[in-house]
Amino acid sequence: MNAELRPIKTAAETALSAAFAAQKAQLPGMASAREAAFKRFEAAGLPHRRVEDWKYTDLRALMREAKPLAPRPDAVALARAKNAGAAFAAVEGRRIVLVDGVFIPELSDLAALEPGLSIRSMALAAGDPAIAERLGHVVATDNVAVALNTAFMADGVVIDVAERAALTRPLHLVAFNSGGAPASVFTRSLATIGKGARAMLIESHEGAPGNDYQVNTALELTVGDEAHVDHVKITGEGAGALHVSSLMVAVGAHARFNEFLFTAGAAVVRNQLFVRFDGEGTVAGIRGATLLNGREHADTTLVADHVAGDCVAREVFKSVLDGESRGVFQGKIIVRPHAQKTDSKMAAHALLLSEEAEADSKPELEIFADDVQCGHGSTAGALDDDLLFYLKARGIPAKEAEALMIQAFVGEAIDGIEHAGLRDTLIDHVAAWLKKRS
Amino acid sequence: MPAVQETVDQVRRIDVDQYKYGFETIIESDKAPKGLNDDTVRFISAKKNEPQWMLDWRLDAYRRWQTMREPNWAKVHYPPIDYQDLYYYSAPKKKDGPKSLDEIDPEILETYRKLGIPLRETEALLGIQRPAGEAADGGENGESGESGYGRRVAVDAVFDSVSVATTFKEELAKVGVLFMPISEALQKHPDLVKQYLGTVVPVTDNFFATLNAAVFSDGSFVYVPPGVRCPMELSTYFRINERNTGQFERTLIIADKGSYVSYLEGCTAPSRDENQLHAAVVELIALDDAEIKYSTIQNWYPGDKNGKGGVYNFVTKRGDCRGARSKISWTQLETGSAITWKYPSCILRGDDSRGEFYSIAISNGHQQVDSGTKMIHLGKNTISRIISKGISAGQSQNTYRGLVSAHRKAKGARNFTNCDSLLIGDKCGAHTVPYIEAKNASAVIEHEATTSKISEATLFYCRQRGLSAEEAVALVVNGFVKDVLQTLPMEFAVEAQKLISVSLEGSVG
Repeated sequence: MNAELRPIKTAAETALSAAFAAQKAQLPGMASAREAAFKRFEAAGLPHRRVEDWKYTDLRALMREAKPLAPRPDAVALARAKNAGAAFAAVEGRRIVLVDGVFIPELSDLAALEPGLSIRSMALAAGDPAIAERLGHVVATDNVAVALNTAFMADGVVIDVAERAALTRPLHLVAFNSGGAPASVFTRSLATIGKGARAMLIESHEGAPGNDYQVNTALELTVGDEAHVDHVKITGEGAGALHVSSLMVAVGAHARFNEFLFTAGAAVVRNQLFVRFDGEGTVAGIRGATLLNGREHADTTLVADHVAGDCVAREVFKSVLDGESRGVFQGKIIVRPHAQKTDSKMAAHALLLSEEAEADSKPELEIFADDVQCGHGSTAGALDDDLLFYLKARGIPAKEAEALMIQAFVGEAIDGIEHAGLRDTLIDHVAAWLKKRS
Repeated sequence: MPAVQETVDQVRRIDVDQYKYGFETIIESDKAPKGLNDDTVRFISAKKNEPQWMLDWRLDAYRRWQTMREPNWAKVHYPPIDYQDLYYYSAPKKKDGPKSLDEIDPEILETYRKLGIPLRETEALLGIQRPAGEAADGGENGESGESGYGRRVAVDAVFDSVSVATTFKEELAKVGVLFMPISEALQKHPDLVKQYLGTVVPVTDNFFATLNAAVFSDGSFVYVPPGVRCPMELSTYFRINERNTGQFERTLIIADKGSYVSYLEGCTAPSRDENQLHAAVVELIALDDAEIKYSTIQNWYPGDKNGKGGVYNFVTKRGDCRGARSKISWTQLETGSAITWKYPSCILRGDDSRGEFYSIAISNGHQQVDSGTKMIHLGKNTISRIISKGISAGQSQNTYRGLVSAHRKAKGARNFTNCDSLLIGDKCGAHTVPYIEAKNASAVIEHEATTSKISEATLFYCRQRGLSAEEAVALVVNGFVKDVLQTLPMEFAVEAQKLISVSLEGSVG
């Protein structure tokens, strides 16, 4: 229906306005972009269910209040962050640590950077006109969550990988939320992978359990022509957290791009991906697995925009929903008029483990070219009784049989991750989740 | 894969500039003053000699409508409609209630003759003298008598705002089936109308439905008593003729326990430069074990090849499977209208009820189609099936928009959805916007958008017998929709068959 005029602001909206007015002077750089973005937010307000893109994730209702902006982490917070990201030790990545949204070089592994790799703090780089020029322009969007991020972003990292550079170790961005006090964290990062370069970027978001904090994180990623880039984002925030993430990716020609979203944790998660295919001949895999329990709510919203033709994209999203959780998938494949020979397929499958869980899915196609192959499939249902019976008949206890089937279900998406160490780690995560469930 | 030449040619044959029904009937008509206000509503109600409660209902709708805004979420674009610049009532001048066809203006009879719609029962169907099941003698509309209960079709012809004739009323009355214009039903069976009207599509359902509630002028009313299998097809033929006139018909079909009825509607309009508004509401109610089959051939004037003129078709159609084991099936063939905005839906309230939606939407020229269905599963073990094929050519935009929702209590609900679309040329668009909401674990919902459902084995079988791959696909697709097509009125069936034989080779999901 029509967007309404809403003269009455919610408590959260009022708090955000007050915070912006009071603190904008202290936020690093980009003053005019911040103002413009905040105006956009004020005009629209927090998105609600009558805004089509937020139909199933009513942020206005889910975000009752806006927490105060997080202060710079103190010694206690830094001490807590020491072991953050340890679960991914097998990946042997180069740690880049953000604590409460602030880049902490001392905790990061910045020694002996490979040739062609540069890592900087966004807070310091934001004043650089060259950065200001790129920020917000990788995939321009009028999305309100992105606007809020632009208005309030405090820090993050700027990563540049030069042409033809091949990183031997994955970059592991560890975003840790110390949870000392209720707070909101706004991080913005920019990663630019040059032509023909090879890089893997892992983001893991974690926080103290039981703490009540809000994260709005955004990453703008440019994948150069012929580059090979893997990006994996793991959302494992504390149980009380509200996590809104926006990923904007522009992919060049003849590139390989692999995206994976793993979500298990946080009260509310909204993962938005805006992927634009700018060049021909690119092969992309965009996958995700979501495991929810209790009253958790997770939303994956994907827009795959084929501006150039002749690209192959495969999207596979799996969600396992237990308790009273709600899993949302919204995916849209757009094929622009000249993007002929596009081959884009999207699959979203939800497994409902409890009577109270809910799966909502909206896989959309918008096709403007006639010589393309596009498709989508979406299913929702419980575990197959016949298969369960088969396993039980072979002596496997019911719980174990269930776990096996769930692992296989999620595994189909996880198998798309190229890095064996990370793949194994995530399979362990699934096993741990299943164990906790039983 | 791009569309094959055969498909291109077939779609070309029904391109907008080939519209056959664009002629105009010059006839004197009786109109309400232009514009919309309380008086217009009163005027229409008075014209129909309606009871007070009906007038109150309309006025209430009109007041609510004034507070509503036109929806803008559909993928259709059109200049703002000036609702004050329309006639809301237009009827051919005639004596009150013609007693026989001879009293109907010959111009109107001629119009329907040109459209291939028989209003003279004897001339049209010959079936009166023939036992059911025996082949009818071709003629105006009898092609074959293959279906189980003969080829006779009872027709209600709606011309602008009024029903001009309803055929076979007496014969239907013998088995207790009520088939008449809704205005007549309001006089003769006010209790039935009052009991069911607005119970499926509430007055305030949406902008266009509310407008319809305020100003609807005519439409068909069907009541099939318990246990009765309606002995013939029922159909309504809608014709917009007058300039600047909106058509707002309202159809109400009630299938009482254990009954069956098959109903079909056809629509055409003259070719005109201006856009005409059509905002209809159709309500279907199926009680325990009842079945309603509703078919539509929508061929309103689509506008010329530059996108000028054409009908704005904003329609709310909804069926309520109110009783256990009831079934409602929607079939639509959409080729007309400048803009189509319609989502024939099923509320599967009764346990074990079934809803089906079969749609073929073909857009050409500058047409914009945003159509689909909603299957709301409320009862246990409810089943729904959606098959939608969209073909867009020229500079048209064709969107499938559908919702499948299984509520908490809809244990064991099942849905299967398959929607395919095909683009011909690179200036058109095909879009799919499905919403899938599973609110309980025992519901199984499958949505897919591929053409792979045509079994390889079947294709192989056909090809082995000398058919080309194209012919084989056409044959399979045709076979798939044949059951539906055969129940359509003959003139339509021929037309429809042509459309369906369009191969779906090269589809995108």
